Amino acid sequence: MSRSFILSRTARMLLPVLVVLSLVTFYRGHHLPGGGFIGGLLAASGFALVALGDGTAAARRLLRIKPVSLMAGGLSVALGSGILGLVAGGALFRGLWLPEIHIPVLGVVHLGTPMLFDAGVYLTVAGFALQVLFSLQEADA
Amino acid sequence: MTLLWPILVLAGTGFLAPLLSPRLRSAALFALVPAAVAGWFAWQMATLGKDETMTSSLPWFGMLGAGLDFWLDGFGGLMALLATGIGSLIAVYASGYMGGHPQMGRFLMLLFGFMAAMVGVVVADNLILLFVFWELTSITSYLLIGFNHEDKEARAKALQALLVTGAGGLAMLAGLLLLGGAADSWKLSELLGRGEQIGASPMYPVFTLLILAGAAAKSAQVPLHFWLPNAMAAPTPVSAYLHSATMVKAGVFLLARLSPVLDGTVLWHGTLGGVTLLTGAGLGIVQHDLKRILAYTTLAVLGTLTMLIGVGTELALESMVVFLVGHALYKAALFMVAGTIDHGTGTRDVRRLWGLRRIMPFTATAALLAAFSKAGFPPFFGFIGKEYVYKTGSAMEAAAPLLLGVAVVGNTMLFALALKAGFHPFWSKRQAGADPVAAHEGPPSLWAPPLALALAGLALGLFPGWAAETVVASAVCGIMQHPVEVSLALWHGLNLPLLLSGVTIAGGFFLYRQRRLLWRHHHTVEALRGPMHVYERGLAGLVDFAKAQTRALQSGTLSRYIFIILGSTTALLLWKFAHFREWPDLAWRGGVDWVPLALCIMVMAGAVVATTTSSRITILFALGVVGLGIAVIFLFYSAPDLAITQILVEALTIILLLMVVHHLAPIRHEQHSWGTASQALLSVVFGLCMGLLVRHAKELQLAASIAETLAAWSYPEAHGRNVVNVILVDFRALDTFGEIVVLAIAAIGVAALLQREPSVRKERT
Repeated sequence: MSRSFILSRTARMLLPVLVVLSLVTFYRGHHLPGGGFIGGLLAASGFALVALGDGTAAARRLLRIKPVSLMAGGLSVALGSGILGLVAGGALFRGLWLPEIHIPVLGVVHLGTPMLFDAGVYLTVAGFALQVLFSLQEADA
Repeated sequence: MTLLWPILVLAGTGFLAPLLSPRLRSAALFALVPAAVAGWFAWQMATLGKDETMTSSLPWFGMLGAGLDFWLDGFGGLMALLATGIGSLIAVYASGYMGGHPQMGRFLMLLFGFMAAMVGVVVADNLILLFVFWELTSITSYLLIGFNHEDKEARAKALQALLVTGAGGLAMLAGLLLLGGAADSWKLSELLGRGEQIGASPMYPVFTLLILAGAAAKSAQVPLHFWLPNAMAAPTPVSAYLHSATMVKAGVFLLARLSPVLDGTVLWHGTLGGVTLLTGAGLGIVQHDLKRILAYTTLAVLGTLTMLIGVGTELALESMVVFLVGHALYKAALFMVAGTIDHGTGTRDVRRLWGLRRIMPFTATAALLAAFSKAGFPPFFGFIGKEYVYKTGSAMEAAAPLLLGVAVVGNTMLFALALKAGFHPFWSKRQAGADPVAAHEGPPSLWAPPLALALAGLALGLFPGWAAETVVASAVCGIMQHPVEVSLALWHGLNLPLLLSGVTIAGGFFLYRQRRLLWRHHHTVEALRGPMHVYERGLAGLVDFAKAQTRALQSGTLSRYIFIILGSTTALLLWKFAHFREWPDLAWRGGVDWVPLALCIMVMAGAVVATTTSSRITILFALGVVGLGIAVIFLFYSAPDLAITQILVEALTIILLLMVVHHLAPIRHEQHSWGTASQALLSVVFGLCMGLLVRHAKELQLAASIAETLAAWSYPEAHGRNVVNVILVDFRALDTFGEIVVLAIAAIGVAALLQREPSVRKERT
């Protein structure tokens, strides 16, 4: 399969942008449109572009860990956040929050188990999309 | 918590067994655990007064009535003692019998798992908890019968046992739920005192029959008896333990336990038990495989126990307990002896066995003691059991001749069978045609456990007063739920029971002498297939039905699947609309939003193009138009989260489809125009139905909308201003978790499907 130089270069340039964008989308999700699901899809689309441009092998190298491990990690983080709620709050998936802290640039940062859960969603969704994408593309070869 | 510990300890030992057993010198060391638990139960029973109970509970699903409630009374304690005491001897025996088996760890895990479940059944106070343990015994029994899982026969028989007892278990669950509802309590300890309330329930006959069905399946009562002789495919320690001494008694246990509230069932239990007694003994009398002989006598004994529970008098329940204990001791011993013979000679066919007493003196002693107890010779405990059955019968006002008749005939056959299994292989003389078999005595682990059990049967018989005081009285108190006095004795004077005992011994001895004649009729009797035939036909029919409907529905063509799914959804929706005459209000109100209208037209145009073109790339773009149009509609009605998600999903879908599109076969149009027409018609009708449904859902307001509440709670309760996100990650986090698990499973499924393809291709080239 012949490679498109423009697609390849653009994808390489867009990947970090898309990953950062996905993290921002994820972080703002609790108050503004966004969240783990959208963030995960955005991150996956960055790697999907690389896969289109340079093939899955290159995309997998950049990703470093397997999509299945991303999903496993995501599910563990999500469940772990629920269990934290069970152990410390008395009910599965009860939201627990740390006190608000002020950090320059980011402003008021308020962390809690729902954010952790959303991070699990982010990882699982990204892993899902990439797993399907890579498998389909590799079935080609 | 106290009563949960024995169960946890046993189950924990089971889980550790596969890790530990290769490291231990002898698997017999595992026997120490159940022995310690048995000791603990004995100590609890000794400190507990005979009509006292001990309870402990932990919260579980409290709102659903299911709690981890346990109680220990005389009856439950006796059963727990039998399960753990015999269990520890079985563990010793298994270490010799299965010695060096590569899967010893798995075997011990299942055995201890069963033990934990069995103890759970007898100490559970809560009906739901009882059911859970009940099913666990069925499952462990299934795995143990099929332990030699490479043997097709063993698998089929294990499945048979599981299906019969499992189906019975479901009936029982329904019965227990109705019973709990009628009594307004899920606790046995409360429920047993509410006999009148339960008796007044209109559902009384229904739940009585359902519970009886469950118990009958578990305790192998006719016509559900056939799985038990087939369960002999299990390794012998399992047969000795589950299928004679403990698990099959669970049904009897439950019937006895519930007898204070389910009384007036003489006819049901009595008939069922009597028929099972005669069937078991009658079918057993022609058997010549040691384990099958013993299995049929187990059936007969279970029948006797059910019959006695049906009679339900204090005397009957005393006999039931005596008979049950006696049977557990001698039957487990005889099964172990059968296994030792098999181990030492390589056969279980009694026609080939004779004169083994010289070669296997210890086994012969154990067998003789157990067989005498089973045959009902004084001074063994079995004798007292049989005397008590006759005493019960002669003390009955009505139907005494019937019960006594059934009992005498049944016991006569049991006597003959006892001698056949425990006496013939060791003491009979050589017959023509029987070649000497190479035999050797087993190691102590193979003869010591049965000998211990047989001696226990003798000891209880020699000291009946002690047995009455320690074991029987508290158990009968537990069943009757009020204090009773019990005195057992070997000698009751010259009376009807003694006379009947004499008749039984004489008749049984005669039958024993005729054993070779009876064995010749073995094939004639085996040819009578009865209920097992019904089972086999039913199972075959089920499989055929499954195949037929799979062929009809699952053609493998995607368009056909979608057609069936949409068609049935449409039919259900139309039926709902028509049946309830709830046609939505279609009146037009207010003006027209031009932007969404234009978007809708765009979406519809995209759909039309997608369905009519024959180029897949065009279809992709048309679908993209549809998806993006919908995303913009979301945006117009201010749902940015949905819109962003929709756009991203669209983008990724297009990328995915582009990757596979050149793999797909060219579009094949339906060969008949009516096929295309019906698809078009269905899609239009389905679309209209969905439109109506959405319209209807909007105007239907069953309860106050939760949208406002969720929006109001979002910031103060969950510290988030984006309600959609807060719902996803906090309010309904468990749902979201389920959804991402589904995503992960789907991804693995896709990967698995695609990975098969390269290997298939390789085969082709």
